[in-house]
Amino acid sequence: MSASIVVEDLVKTFRIKHVRSLKEIAARAVRGASERPNAFTALDDVTLSIEEGETVALLGFNGSGKSTLLKCISGVLTPDEGRIGLRGSVAGLIEVGAGFHPDLTGRENVYLNGAILGMSEAAIDAAFDSIVDFSEIPDFIDTEVKFYSSGMFLRLAFAVAVHTDPDIFLVDEILAVGDEPFQRKCIDRIKELRDEHKTLVIVSHDLNMVADLCTRGILLEHGRVVMDDEPHAVVRRMRGEE
Amino acid sequence: MAESAAPAGMWTPGQARGLLAIGAHRYLLALLVRKELRVRYQASVLGLAWSYVKPGVQFLVFYFVMGSFLGLSRAISPFAVYLFSGMIAINLATEILGNATRSIVYNAPLVNKIFLPRQLFPVSSVFVALVHFAPQVVILVLGALASGWLPDLVGLAAFVVGVVIVLALSLGLGLLFAAVNVAYRDIENVVDLVLMVAVWFSPVLYAWTFVRDALVHHPWLVQLYLANPLTAAVELFHRAFWWGAATETDRVSGVVDHLWAHAGLALALSALALVVGDRVFRRLSRTFAQEL
Repeated sequence: MSASIVVEDLVKTFRIKHVRSLKEIAARAVRGASERPNAFTALDDVTLSIEEGETVALLGFNGSGKSTLLKCISGVLTPDEGRIGLRGSVAGLIEVGAGFHPDLTGRENVYLNGAILGMSEAAIDAAFDSIVDFSEIPDFIDTEVKFYSSGMFLRLAFAVAVHTDPDIFLVDEILAVGDEPFQRKCIDRIKELRDEHKTLVIVSHDLNMVADLCTRGILLEHGRVVMDDEPHAVVRRMRGEE
Repeated sequence: MAESAAPAGMWTPGQARGLLAIGAHRYLLALLVRKELRVRYQASVLGLAWSYVKPGVQFLVFYFVMGSFLGLSRAISPFAVYLFSGMIAINLATEILGNATRSIVYNAPLVNKIFLPRQLFPVSSVFVALVHFAPQVVILVLGALASGWLPDLVGLAAFVVGVVIVLALSLGLGLLFAAVNVAYRDIENVVDLVLMVAVWFSPVLYAWTFVRDALVHHPWLVQLYLANPLTAAVELFHRAFWWGAATETDRVSGVVDHLWAHAGLALALSALALVVGDRVFRRLSRTFAQEL
């Protein structure tokens, strides 16, 4: 087996600039205070390697750097130091519905979002019925999305996302979608992807669910990898049971 | 900024590539353009017809104020064709530049969640503007024909070169401003200001000879005025649509001397703007997601 994601010595720092307007800059100049950019290290020397076909849970409390790591892997953020290597195509389900526009119909949004997630026109045509089926909202597919309930919106967005066909799936906190039957369907779909030998990296705060779903758990604390083990063991450590 | 290569057999995500990379995303680009147009005329009765109403009203105001009240229609006849051909060149430039500048900030939800070539957004403003531009050209051609204009090959070449100058210049500046606007939103207002005065700094409402005669003691200012690529584009449009309908005496004041030399310079400057805009955009696009 070969590695599908390699992350080496990754460092990502955010500089939080507070001074933006002339007035504030002038005020600081008068007081003699220099602009000290508030640096915040989101990822601190992260190194990990994920094999092809692995299902990995990225675990950690809020602010531990999970989402930043996913965004670096997907390419949205550029790391300050270190390098990332990917093998195969990648799709980030970083946030469902990011590319949806409320003024377009469900159908138009399926096409637009599919294309944003890297599908070709032919691929979307082929998957269209299956997407609509999955979302369970066939009657509303030609209605503008702004008239959808939030549940309908998320279902459709999730349906598009899981019909993309990349080798690596990055999943950020999107399994908390819809009602319980739909959630179960989503998890089943994730399991299917896992069984198809896709590489999955999942971020979720539903610890029991991801622990059952994944084969490996990586725990991040303050931007560092502190544990890399069987997911149930990682969850137990997070809960302070060990 | 780390720029180390990926391990053997692997690729590095998030690498910003240049303008040409969006060729691989033609389908997405088409969808984005369609979305732009759909959304812009959403819930409006007139819909796309608004793209006629706005230049139409602008045209009437200019025509009566400049042409009739200030008497320009006698100096550069047929003034309606002269005015409209210059106006559509400037409108194309201002629409692209204005929308491209805001495109990254407007699409923030996409830019900071999904990795796409970010050039797609400014480039889609170019196509949206072209959709608005095409019917204006049709109206201009009909108006020019009605004024006794006969199409000629040199005129056609002038039109094509003029369009290329406008597109390259406004996309280049649009990329540059869009990238800087992410961190400094002042840029949008600067661009608004530039767009407001753009129509006055090219011979749209008057003939270029007015500038030459007014600045007769400052020849370098005249050269500066003529070096503006939009001035060249406007004059190329005049050559394309107005020249053929004008009288011999008017032609002298209506189209600048050495038109093609100015066109060449404008092409070079626009190409430079495009290259610089692309470079800067590529460089700054790495930090878009964290700035937005």
